[in-house]
Amino acid sequence: MTPFDYDRATEVTQAIDAGRIIAGGTNLLDLMKLGVETPDRLTDINRLDLKTIEEHQGGLRIGALVSNSDLAADARVRRDWPVLSRALLSGASGQLRNMATTGGNLLQRTRCYYFQDVSSPCNKRDPGSGCAAMGGATRLHAILGGSEHCIATHPSDMAVAMQALDASVEIEGRDGARTVPLSRFYLLPGDRPDIETELEPGELITAVTLPPPPPGRQTYRKVRDRASYAFALVSVAGIVAMEDGRIAQAALAFGGVAPRPWRDPEVETALAGREPTAETFDAAADILLRDAEGHGGNDFKIPLLRRTLRAVLTDLTTEG
Amino acid sequence: MRTTLTINGATHDVDADPRTTLLDALRNHLGLTGTKKGCDHGQCGACTVIADGRRINSCLTLACMMDGVEITTIEGLGEPGDLLPLQDAFVRHDGYQCGYCTPGQICSATAMLDEVAQGWPSVVTDDLTGDASLTDAEIAERMSGNLCRCAAYPNIVDAIKDAADRTADQREAAE
Repeated sequence: MTPFDYDRATEVTQAIDAGRIIAGGTNLLDLMKLGVETPDRLTDINRLDLKTIEEHQGGLRIGALVSNSDLAADARVRRDWPVLSRALLSGASGQLRNMATTGGNLLQRTRCYYFQDVSSPCNKRDPGSGCAAMGGATRLHAILGGSEHCIATHPSDMAVAMQALDASVEIEGRDGARTVPLSRFYLLPGDRPDIETELEPGELITAVTLPPPPPGRQTYRKVRDRASYAFALVSVAGIVAMEDGRIAQAALAFGGVAPRPWRDPEVETALAGREPTAETFDAAADILLRDAEGHGGNDFKIPLLRRTLRAVLTDLTTEG
Repeated sequence: MRTTLTINGATHDVDADPRTTLLDALRNHLGLTGTKKGCDHGQCGACTVIADGRRINSCLTLACMMDGVEITTIEGLGEPGDLLPLQDAFVRHDGYQCGYCTPGQICSATAMLDEVAQGWPSVVTDDLTGDASLTDAEIAERMSGNLCRCAAYPNIVDAIKDAADRTADQREAAE
């Protein structure tokens, strides 16, 4: 690690336009040890009063410092937003979930091998240096939403569930507070993969809000290289409400396949009002994958995503 | 910079560069070498300690962030002649080979059993709103943050199950 000054914020105002923010530290300290992150100043926000989950407009307001463990174990989340609880529990390890926070989970960085290796070119880490994943190992990489400059995936499970649940992000800055829907929070890489979110320098995430529980059944399905403690190759957060044997509405978000938790409204439109048949599911997958592009090592994700979507939709539309 | 750490009930003043992780402070500044450094990146769990009752990776937290937090290390969890049921079970079930991951396994399992007692589900729990039973699959999932390169996993699972059963029996006997 390169040297840094350490300070601690005890009020939110002290964490705005402050040093590099550290909360759980599980991703930041890892990247500092690798030399990917080299902050001059760290501002520790763990003493801020952002650790409560409160009921809010029929939904929930989750403080930015609520740990992944506490959020997954919350009785309301387990009962009314089980897709979120399951997504959280499918990520990382028990130790890491105890440390990792809600805000930090949203802002965690890609696990692209080349982003984490400072000897490789990477447009995200070092803008303009190139992309070593192009023509390199791409098992973890994106099939949707990438650009010629970057095909890194967003690694979060939690954010995929939140994307399906229409969550919003509350942000404080020097000009006051604002709220950004999660659907607009993450940016696609284009020619600036180093700019990942709507968050401006100096701003702080203070909470994530969930709207009231959606009707229907919820699930989170994660496919990975080992049974536990691995990042998603493909994941699907699904919420489906049935009416008279037909799909009334569906919300679907996808992890491990794109630079952000991926959601495609046209897929959901294609399912609404349809009978839950293999043809319906395949038609939805055709729409989801219409612009999918493999890069060799991740070609398998295209059929895998289709099959995982089909499995999730079958599960959510079958009684019992 | 100076930080007051509370380790196994005792306070220690540590004067260290802010870059010092809790793991390095324990081992290099306080001589508490029971906590092991494996990967130093939060992937192996050898450095697991308990902070305010919760298991964490001590390699991924800075010592200066931990003042006011009650840290428990393997040195605070029993000793020869007075082992915890979990430690005794690891001995009887041969839940190790080289032993390097064992302090992390013991700290992790201690806190994990508390998580189960509090009703925390895991990703392999069928009913998120029901009670989790401690099946082999539950133990394997909940302990997946602790790697054992000797692959003593079957015996580690047996030891944890045995200790959990004994603790439950003791609780019933007390009631």
